[in-house]
Amino acid sequence: MLYREAGDFKSTYTADNQTFPIKFDRNAYYLTMAVAFGVVPFIINDYWAQAVVIPFLIYAIAALGLNILTGYCGQVSLGTGGFMAVGAYAAFKIMTAFPGLNIVLVIVMAGLVTAAVGVLFGLPSLRIKGFYLAVATLAAQFFLVWLFTRVPWFFNFSASGQINAPTRTLLGVPVTGATASSATVYLICLFFVVALAWLARNLTRGTLGRSWMAVRDMDIAAEIIGVNPLKAKLTAFAVSSFYIGISGALLFTVYLGAVEAGEVFGIDKSFLVLFMVIIGGLGSILGAFLGAFFLIVGPVLLKLLLVDNLGWPTDLAAHLEIMIIGALILIFLIAEPHGLAALWRTIKEKLRLWPFPY
Amino acid sequence: MKMTKFAAAFAVAMTTAVPVLAQDLHFPSLSYRTGPFAAGGIPFADGYSDYLTLINERDGGIGGLRIRQSECETAYNTERGVECYQSMRGDAPMVLQPLSTGITYQLIPRTIEDQIPMHTMGYGRTSAVNGEVFNWTFNYPATYWDAASVFINHVLAENSGDLSDKKIVLLYHNSAYGREPIRTLERLSETHGYTFLSIGVDSPGQEQGSQWLQIRRERPDYVIMWGWGVMNPTAIQEAANIRFPMENFYGNWWAGSEQDVRAAGEAAHGYKSLAMHRTGRDYPIYDDMQQYVIDAGLYAGTGEEVGTVLYSRGLYAAMLAVEAAKKAQEIHGVTEITPAMMRDGMEQLEITEARMAELGLPNFGPAFSVSCQNHSGSGEAMIQQWDANAQTWNLITDWIAPDRDLIMELVAEDSLAYAAENAITPACLN
Repeated sequence: MLYREAGDFKSTYTADNQTFPIKFDRNAYYLTMAVAFGVVPFIINDYWAQAVVIPFLIYAIAALGLNILTGYCGQVSLGTGGFMAVGAYAAFKIMTAFPGLNIVLVIVMAGLVTAAVGVLFGLPSLRIKGFYLAVATLAAQFFLVWLFTRVPWFFNFSASGQINAPTRTLLGVPVTGATASSATVYLICLFFVVALAWLARNLTRGTLGRSWMAVRDMDIAAEIIGVNPLKAKLTAFAVSSFYIGISGALLFTVYLGAVEAGEVFGIDKSFLVLFMVIIGGLGSILGAFLGAFFLIVGPVLLKLLLVDNLGWPTDLAAHLEIMIIGALILIFLIAEPHGLAALWRTIKEKLRLWPFPY
Repeated sequence: MKMTKFAAAFAVAMTTAVPVLAQDLHFPSLSYRTGPFAAGGIPFADGYSDYLTLINERDGGIGGLRIRQSECETAYNTERGVECYQSMRGDAPMVLQPLSTGITYQLIPRTIEDQIPMHTMGYGRTSAVNGEVFNWTFNYPATYWDAASVFINHVLAENSGDLSDKKIVLLYHNSAYGREPIRTLERLSETHGYTFLSIGVDSPGQEQGSQWLQIRRERPDYVIMWGWGVMNPTAIQEAANIRFPMENFYGNWWAGSEQDVRAAGEAAHGYKSLAMHRTGRDYPIYDDMQQYVIDAGLYAGTGEEVGTVLYSRGLYAAMLAVEAAKKAQEIHGVTEITPAMMRDGMEQLEITEARMAELGLPNFGPAFSVSCQNHSGSGEAMIQQWDANAQTWNLITDWIAPDRDLIMELVAEDSLAYAAENAITPACLN
């Protein structure tokens, strides 16, 4: 029905190896891109942009980053919140030190700073793995937040320890600060999401990605066949932290505008992104998006339904929301332990064979 | 039964909200009834809502225009606060009261852009006192820096004006909220010569073992606590565990409610805190409250919090908001005021003792007036002490004035730095 593959032939290896080998998928992707860039910016209102779409895009980047490390390279990390904080504080320091600098450049530089920090905290991964590495990255989370709340240099000695994003423009249009329009902010985030997802997809199916997956599946075997685990693990940490840093920088500069490390980048952020990756599907680009959608947009939609439409008391709705999201996580993990992406893959397989399954 | 009433009230609010143009005044409440800070959020939200309900039921609204309430749950979480703000900003909110310093920082630039006034009563960004820089933010009647200075003035009086051999520890919630008083206390230590030490507790604040170990080692003469939510009862319990003399342990006004001391039981006896207003049910307003709100079953929440410290604070916040709305109607000569008109009402607000007595809250808070140059009030506060046997807070001092000269100096420093950072030219709006 949906997937009509009759006549969709491939005559070259390139055609067979493309990201979306099925024509229907490919067209759906082009359509999504066209709508996202060509239609949404003109119709989106402030509420949907600021409360739903922009946080979704930003967390999708973080989930992509963690997916590279945990899903593709098998290195469990609980330091995501700390690395997001590095991105945010790096962006703040760069923004205030060089007021004239292009904001896109600031965000990319913040990502690079985070990549360097990530490599530093990735060093223990050469000796330890699994739960032990999770605990080592947990230390990174606590240390980094501690650093950003205790060392006044990082927040430019402000009295309250908050960092504020001053207004910065891109080609004369304000991108950060309260004057930035939702459409601009949306486009900036969308640009980063698309560019980084494209990069992630191509990295993971190239040599580097294959070496990550080899290390993930069996590191000793990988080493025997010539994969350098040092290089594989540290590049995974670097690329992952780069993504997470960019998401932290975007969260601070274009979305929240004012941030306090302990509150915004606490341990619950690390868990949130880890849940996104697990629910979305380890080792899948689509999974990062599905996971972010489930955990960022889901609660907002639930709130809109329960409070704004059904008129329930806010506290009851908030408690129910926690319960419903928790129950859904359990159900999903029991029904499909490989995440929403695997669920989608199964559906897709079935649809391709429908109505004649074998 | 409670449920359906709530649902009905909301359903009415929803249906009236959509079709007609503002035939009412929208007073939103960014509340938190869940999460580690719910203990403080619930009574405040209840008090705020009940007072507005009372005005609707008894007076038929403000100047004949009914109040429409809406609530949005933030869970004291900044990102949720932003979501709430986005959901209500288009609906002509008269005044925002986020009850969170973190959310206040988020909303300051946004409310300037959207021209919506924000009232951060006794919290938020202290330098918003300078109304020429922060045109849309108000923090009357008192600020954190006032609180810190009132505390120092109080212990100065207790020690016959000499603190030079004293050691004071600030135990603070490690967030923007908790860090606000540090600079003031440091500056005051230069003047008065006490040894100052600040010890942070990470949010939410249940783990304070090492901090109290340090306090035990340092043997301070006074500990002042800048805590909120679950941090406060934990701290009082810890203080009792190390046998720190309770009468030398002070909370700020967000660490001085029933919820904070009850958990520690007998051990909390003698614990002191600042108070920015009086509390209890011995005010004439509660006769009307009983008649129009409580007996009528229109109260918010469970009704168990009525008359507690934070309930009184919510009620006080609502009272100030309603008074400002009346002022705004008076200035502009219309009943259907906009948020921008509301701002004018807030800036010209004057609360006298006579007015408070008229409202059934005689001597409840300090008399003060707001101006463009000073968006805060008098900054005065009192000290209250917990009596664990009677389960009551007793006021042990009269109003204590802060060191306003020093505070205004600090305010000018911080607000002008903000103005420079954000390219704001300090000026009054009218």
